[in-house]
Amino acid sequence: MTLVEVRELHKQFVLRKGLFGKVSRVNAVSDVSLNVVQGEVLALVGESGSGKSTLGRLVARLDTPTAGEILYNGANVASLNARQLFAFRRHVQMIFQDPYASLNPHMRVRDMLAEPLQIHGLARGRNAIGARIEQLMGAVGLSSTLASRFPHEFSGGQRQRLSIARALAVEPEFIVADEAVSALDVSTQAQVVNLLSDLKRKLRLTVLFISHNLAIVQNVADRVAVLYLGRILEVAPTEDLFAQARHPYTQALLGAIPVPDPTARRKRIVLKGEIPSPMRPPSGCVFRTRCPHALADCARIVPPLRPVGAGRLAACIRDDLMSGSAPQAIASTTSSRAIP
Amino acid sequence: MIRYIASRLMQMLPVLFLVSVAVFSMTLLLPGDPTLSMLGENASLADRVALRERLGLDLPLPVQYLRWAQNVVEGDFGRSLRNGEPVSEMLLQRVPATTQLAIMAIILAILIGVPCGIIAALNRNSFGDVAATSVGMFAMAMPSFWLAMLLVMMFSIHLRWLPPSGYVPFLRDPMDSLRLMLLPAVTLGTILAGLILRQTRTSMLSVLSADYVRTARAKGMSERRTILRHALRNALIPIVTVVGLQMGALLGGAAITESIFSIPGLGQMVVDGIFNRDFPAVQGAILVIVTSILFLNLVIDIAYSWIDKRVLR
Amino acid sequence: METLGSAPRWRLALTALLHHRLGAFGLCVCALVVFTALLAPWIAPYDPSVSDYEAILSPPSLTHWLGTDDLGRDILSRIVWGTQVSLQVSLIAVSGAIVLGSVVGMISGYAGGWIDDAIMRVIDAMLAFPTLILALGIVAVLGPTLVNAMIAITIVNIPNFARLVRAQVLSIRHMDFVSAARGLGASRVRIMFRHIWPSVIGNVLVYGSLTASTALITESSLSFLGLGAQPPTPSWGSMLSSGMQYWDAWWMSVFPGVALFSVVLALNFVGDGLRDVLDARITE
Repeated sequence: MTLVEVRELHKQFVLRKGLFGKVSRVNAVSDVSLNVVQGEVLALVGESGSGKSTLGRLVARLDTPTAGEILYNGANVASLNARQLFAFRRHVQMIFQDPYASLNPHMRVRDMLAEPLQIHGLARGRNAIGARIEQLMGAVGLSSTLASRFPHEFSGGQRQRLSIARALAVEPEFIVADEAVSALDVSTQAQVVNLLSDLKRKLRLTVLFISHNLAIVQNVADRVAVLYLGRILEVAPTEDLFAQARHPYTQALLGAIPVPDPTARRKRIVLKGEIPSPMRPPSGCVFRTRCPHALADCARIVPPLRPVGAGRLAACIRDDLMSGSAPQAIASTTSSRAIP
Repeated sequence: MIRYIASRLMQMLPVLFLVSVAVFSMTLLLPGDPTLSMLGENASLADRVALRERLGLDLPLPVQYLRWAQNVVEGDFGRSLRNGEPVSEMLLQRVPATTQLAIMAIILAILIGVPCGIIAALNRNSFGDVAATSVGMFAMAMPSFWLAMLLVMMFSIHLRWLPPSGYVPFLRDPMDSLRLMLLPAVTLGTILAGLILRQTRTSMLSVLSADYVRTARAKGMSERRTILRHALRNALIPIVTVVGLQMGALLGGAAITESIFSIPGLGQMVVDGIFNRDFPAVQGAILVIVTSILFLNLVIDIAYSWIDKRVLR
Repeated sequence: METLGSAPRWRLALTALLHHRLGAFGLCVCALVVFTALLAPWIAPYDPSVSDYEAILSPPSLTHWLGTDDLGRDILSRIVWGTQVSLQVSLIAVSGAIVLGSVVGMISGYAGGWIDDAIMRVIDAMLAFPTLILALGIVAVLGPTLVNAMIAITIVNIPNFARLVRAQVLSIRHMDFVSAARGLGASRVRIMFRHIWPSVIGNVLVYGSLTASTALITESSLSFLGLGAQPPTPSWGSMLSSGMQYWDAWWMSVFPGVALFSVVLALNFVGDGLRDVLDARITE
């Protein structure tokens, strides 16, 4: 069952320099359509600047889209009235990347966790609130004796646990985790990821897991959506994607994961150049300037996201690549060949 | 450049408009009927209605404002309620005194603040530095009217070197005018001198530690030439900024300084006007003061961006 | 039991301030002023408004430590009672400016758009007036009393606080913890006061203590000109203005000025100290 349905979503930021300065526009999210199925973990992957955080904030309605719709349980999130939005806030929670910026430095843990309870009237009276705080801190593996401390007295991993506890306080059903572990060191990352997976199972959460770390995504996600310059290039079940990526960009991304076993060498595709500026995205396929398989047509046609196998979608006009057979080398004028 | 000036002017217009509205509404906010104070308590109703009509007081407020603003733009600030003299003439008589006071204060502040700041920076953490910085700090905390009293007590009453108050136009008798204006200028310039001292010291310190000054020293230039050539020129820009930012405080401080030393300037006009309940005079003086501050800031901003582009790039 | 580490930030800042030499000194002087103002009836040796016609314009002596004024009133007693005016001005008028300025600044910064534009234009216009001129204009309209002088001081200081708070709000409102509060369904008012305001208040207090010193100067200037505290209220500014009439009685002009200058300097020390302390905490 679909919990969240994103339809042709666009988000444009307008930047203005000074009072009469030049106006520049950035398309952070372009024409994104995506479904999140109840109970799954959908990972959103991409390089920084790919628009994955913006998409996450739009889905959590911390930003409003420029065009398109986000349906949550069938209701358009952008047109909720105040009362409906308030209810929506209880169902959808966000966990942020930087545990140093996402906790109010002037609030004790106790007050921070009590706040959502008070806002939504989920616990009344000192004792009930205290008990719930204890329970929440226990759920994320923190001792409730720490409740009177301030955020600056905690480590990064502990802070992220607090963030999770705060999000869980309203008993949400859907969580947007925006790079929730990437600011942490590797051993802490594993702990927090495990915590999230446990909680997900116990509380039957649906999760939109935004990350650039494919190794973690491979462990936690049921499905993966690949974002590049604000557009979705490929969507596939995790196993299938990691077994055989169809889109050239996904292939390049996978090639960049460190492989634990040095003898199992993956075929590496090295992308040339930098990711283009989102203020001036390439015409046609946004990936064509760095694609080893680009054709002349790629500059003209914006490739639609289309089915390329069971439960798989990809946005590429090269049928030969999308069919799953080995790509044929085709000389092209717009691009250089992949380096083996 | 033209684009910059135009955009600054455009930003200034709404401010100027709001300032004029505020000054205009002063008289509206006053309690009591202005016709009563003009005609006396026993004036007949018919006379008062006639006067209201003649003054345009029965018109809607925006219309009254527009009439007033149009007159002001044409140079007609109304007549003094005290002696019927046109306010514009009073203003013209009073602008020179305030201008002279402000210029002398700025010159004095620069003459004291810049050298002291340089010496303090060159001898960092020495006794001289500590002394200069402390004096600067004291200067900035000094209530100007108290400083004025101390100066008068010292130099006029005790030593009898300078007259305690009075004013002679500069063009009539330059020497006397300067003598009379010296204590007021010191009074007004002290806070500014303190600010300039601190600013000079900080910017000199940062310039002195910059690489090119060290290189110049290493190349064997004499100490003095190094400082004058490089450091001072770069340190002057923040000093100009401080002076620019303090224009408002300076012209505001003029109100109290002029009152103490009986200098017939714009500031005294405001204070006297309030005591005499001569509101056209108060309005005119405040409007001139605020408008000139706005324009001076504009000129300094433009000069600054010009210096920034031409000299430093 | 709370551990030492979990003290709220303001307590840490206060501790640090007490270790800042000039800041601690300034704080002591301010505490002394508060103490004097509260205990004025017991500290002052004489009634500040009662004339001793036997001792008009008498110089400092053992009976009148700081001398008497032209009406034979004891200067020391008047300075002691004058602390009450100073305290009222620096506490009430500045708090008023802080509260109103912060509200305006928060609305402006948080609302953005045309509301922000309109508010900022008005603020710009107010800032175009020199402080004293604006205060004079307001007193001219309201009439010369101490309460009106305080209202004027409150009004003239609103723009600076509004600007300061607005700038802070603009930098804080996009931080993740504010987004998180929004995501929890917190109301705008709750976000402003529970989440943004506590981050703003540090800088506001630094600026507040510096403003208290300029407010004191503005009040004494108004009183000096006869547009603030009215006789017989003992205000340092009006005491100095009567000193102007009797140059030979130097004690009338010197001692109230020393009191005023010391308090202004102390407030500056506190402000500078607070700034150093908070800056150090930011760069930590």
